[in-house]
Amino acid sequence: MLRRFLICFALVAAGCSGTAEEQKKEDPKPVDYTYAPQDEYRSRNLVPTKSAPENVLIKDATIMTATGELIEDGDIWLREGKIVAIGVELDAVEATVVDAKGKFVTPGIIDTHSHLGVYPTPGVRAHADGNEATSPTRADVDAIHSVWPQDPGFYTALQGGITSLQILPGSANLIGGSTVTLQMHPGVSSRAMLFEGAPRGIKMACGENPKRVYGNKGGPSTRMGNMAGFRKAFQGAKEALDGYERHAKNVGKAKAEEGADTPPDPKRSRANETLMAVLEGKTLVHVHCYRADEMVQILELADEYGFRIRSFHHAVEAYKIRDVLAKWDVSVSTWADWWGFKIEAHDAIVENAGLLQEAGVRAIIHSDSATGIQRLNQEAAKAFYQAKASGLKVTENDALRWITANPAWALGVSDVTGTLDEGKRADVVVWSAHPFSVYAKAEKVWVEGVREFDIEKGAPEWSDFKVYQVPEAVR
Amino acid sequence: MKKLILTVLLTLIATPASAQFVLKGGEIHTVSGEVIPKGSVLIGKDGKIEAVDKVVLSPPGYEVVNCEGKVITPGLIDINTSLGLGDIWAVRNSVDGDGGTENDKIRSAFRAADALNPNNVAIPITRTGGVTSIVAVPWGGLVSGQGAWVDLGGENMFSTLVDPYVVMSMHLGESGSNAAGGSRGLAMLRLRELYDDVAFFKQNARNFDQNRSRTLAASRLDLVALQDTVGGAKPVFIEAQRASDILAALEFAKAQKLKPVIVGGAEAWMVAEQLKEANVPVILHSMSNLPFRFEALGNRGDAVDVLHRAGVNVLLSSFESHNVRNLRQYAGNAVRTGLPHDVALKAITLGPATALGKDKDYGSLEKGKMANVVVWSGDPFEHSTRVERMFIAGKDTSLDNRQQRLMEKYRNLDRRAEPAKPGYEVENKTEREGPEPTTLEAKVQ
Repeated sequence: MLRRFLICFALVAAGCSGTAEEQKKEDPKPVDYTYAPQDEYRSRNLVPTKSAPENVLIKDATIMTATGELIEDGDIWLREGKIVAIGVELDAVEATVVDAKGKFVTPGIIDTHSHLGVYPTPGVRAHADGNEATSPTRADVDAIHSVWPQDPGFYTALQGGITSLQILPGSANLIGGSTVTLQMHPGVSSRAMLFEGAPRGIKMACGENPKRVYGNKGGPSTRMGNMAGFRKAFQGAKEALDGYERHAKNVGKAKAEEGADTPPDPKRSRANETLMAVLEGKTLVHVHCYRADEMVQILELADEYGFRIRSFHHAVEAYKIRDVLAKWDVSVSTWADWWGFKIEAHDAIVENAGLLQEAGVRAIIHSDSATGIQRLNQEAAKAFYQAKASGLKVTENDALRWITANPAWALGVSDVTGTLDEGKRADVVVWSAHPFSVYAKAEKVWVEGVREFDIEKGAPEWSDFKVYQVPEAVR
Repeated sequence: MKKLILTVLLTLIATPASAQFVLKGGEIHTVSGEVIPKGSVLIGKDGKIEAVDKVVLSPPGYEVVNCEGKVITPGLIDINTSLGLGDIWAVRNSVDGDGGTENDKIRSAFRAADALNPNNVAIPITRTGGVTSIVAVPWGGLVSGQGAWVDLGGENMFSTLVDPYVVMSMHLGESGSNAAGGSRGLAMLRLRELYDDVAFFKQNARNFDQNRSRTLAASRLDLVALQDTVGGAKPVFIEAQRASDILAALEFAKAQKLKPVIVGGAEAWMVAEQLKEANVPVILHSMSNLPFRFEALGNRGDAVDVLHRAGVNVLLSSFESHNVRNLRQYAGNAVRTGLPHDVALKAITLGPATALGKDKDYGSLEKGKMANVVVWSGDPFEHSTRVERMFIAGKDTSLDNRQQRLMEKYRNLDRRAEPAKPGYEVENKTEREGPEPTTLEAKVQ
């Protein structure tokens, strides 16, 4: 829909629009500002990629489905990008057989919080594209425009079993911009990596970062300034939304009254329209927020403007308000054990995820790191075993869901991925050992049924940046 | 001599009047010798290891610690941390490990020991990872200063300073270049000039004191502090990532008769032969595999194993402050990428102790060594394993910590009333709760 708008806009800009008469002949229509899933509103895929989903039967593995079911010596059949069947001693027609005796199979790992591509390696200034830190509310920017698909970190993340991930703008801004959900297919353009059908997301940030960045740049310089900044932005969006609704009514009236003039379009603003989509519940809201008291303030803000928070990110104090978060059905994306780098991260505890789980909150272990994303299984393991040692009621399946089903929900893609279920996307990992073991390696990774990584085949490096950078003789 | 007295004094203060313990029936990884499948470790009143025995003993007068089915190792040692030098990174006044200004590139007289907070809240948290000693290393400048050896136990404090000067820290590569003014050439030039003056000052101290000397490359105390590095009495950490920087470090160390330890070593595997030839250890970050800077373009995930197989002495560190507790995870991941388990354990125990000349007291379970001992519930590197008991200088050391207390404080939520309901329907409640929790667990290993 927006694409239509964009094309229309392009034509106007190029001075090729139809004549005035032609336009008048059309029925007056309200401006369509609603945004569809992320792939539809973005421009056409100019650089299509090849994708060859396998017909493959993975045999005799311990299958951890993340649905609560554990199948010993189980088989899983992938065809045409989907999981066709899961069971014991399956018969799969014309399928390539992968012997996975002694191996473990899980859903593809999903990370709700990554800056791969927007803060790629090497970490040079010229590559630092994650924070549009020129003013504190930048709902108009979009992370996909900063994603550098040649970031070597994508391939190493895939080797850690990651099949999809959300790339967010940084946390310098109160409203950092749109996020993008990617899947692990390589491509020259980041468009090749778009997760088809994923809803749109937006990144907001409270606490120390915005006030630090803008303290000497016109504010906000305090937490109350942060909240004022949020309210100002959403108030503006609310008024814009009212304006669009008035416009739609006027269009309706003009239609009804023969010969009436078509009302002029409202003034378009990408920033407002992005926030309007938030107000209308069409965009999932991800908020970087450490402290419990600030999370409560953000919930109040959302309540005031009538939208929902999909996930609090980092949220090291979420355990203090886990009953509230359960009631409001807000997921929490956090680390296993990061803490101490700033005062708002001082009260982190390793049991955070476990306590949230116990209280019925969808807990998620995220990475926020090009290194951590390669071992989310281990991060989940750390949080899981610490929770168990502290006597919390968590199961291995719960902990597996922290890096599969729950992040899938936070990104709005849980109906198509995140668990091993028949009919879901074939996002599947074969591990050399139990994925919570420090020694486990992701040996084979299928993304939508495409075997994007196989440890035995030693596939070529995705990133052009890595090509012939060091003498080959010493390799 | 003064330093020696200080060290002895500090050690005395740290030596608690402890009980005698026998750790009985555990699988003992002595590190210096064979793994004992089922034996005993005796800890004496002096805080030293009295005996490591291949049989299960219960001598009278010893408090028995049943270690059946447990694994016993020396306390882990993290050779390159900033633990204790910053309480919270973003709180400037609590960060104390950078000993100079931009104009002050040479800070060899700066002692991390002076900056250290022995009651840093991260220290008890670090113990939960089985770490009993760390080296707190200052940063910044071309020469950052003196690293301190700290034991993570103490009578009234969280930790005990054992030796304020176990290593001198300096930087080549991008850090060195930045500190020196923007070129690797400048960094080398400054270092050569500096060591020229270390020698000059040693011979001309009197003239200097009488104001009959040319201007020197560093202050008097800085030059004095570096004298111990010439000849190798104090080893030198040289941060170097690029292969050429590592070779420059080796050449410089040879010319100045230093005892170098390469820190970082992203491309060390490319010059493994030279490192082996010079018998220079490398401190690596086992989970670093990306070209994080231009000096690390050749970084690779299996470097630790590649170097080990080439005969290089590899040491592992967390390079951390608040999460030094994850040192065992770093070792485990080195094993994951090929390093033998015993080599990985050595790389975080006896290896670092030997590299810093502390192997007389630290790093292995041997008679007469400091009783820094950890009892684990299983393989020390596995995430499922917990530290069950810890002895530091023979003292039964608590694993309690601030995070544990916060957990207990919030174990139950006391609310005066139910939280308010949201202004929306919470759908999919059943989905959130998921299917019946299963107690089924796949076996780790």
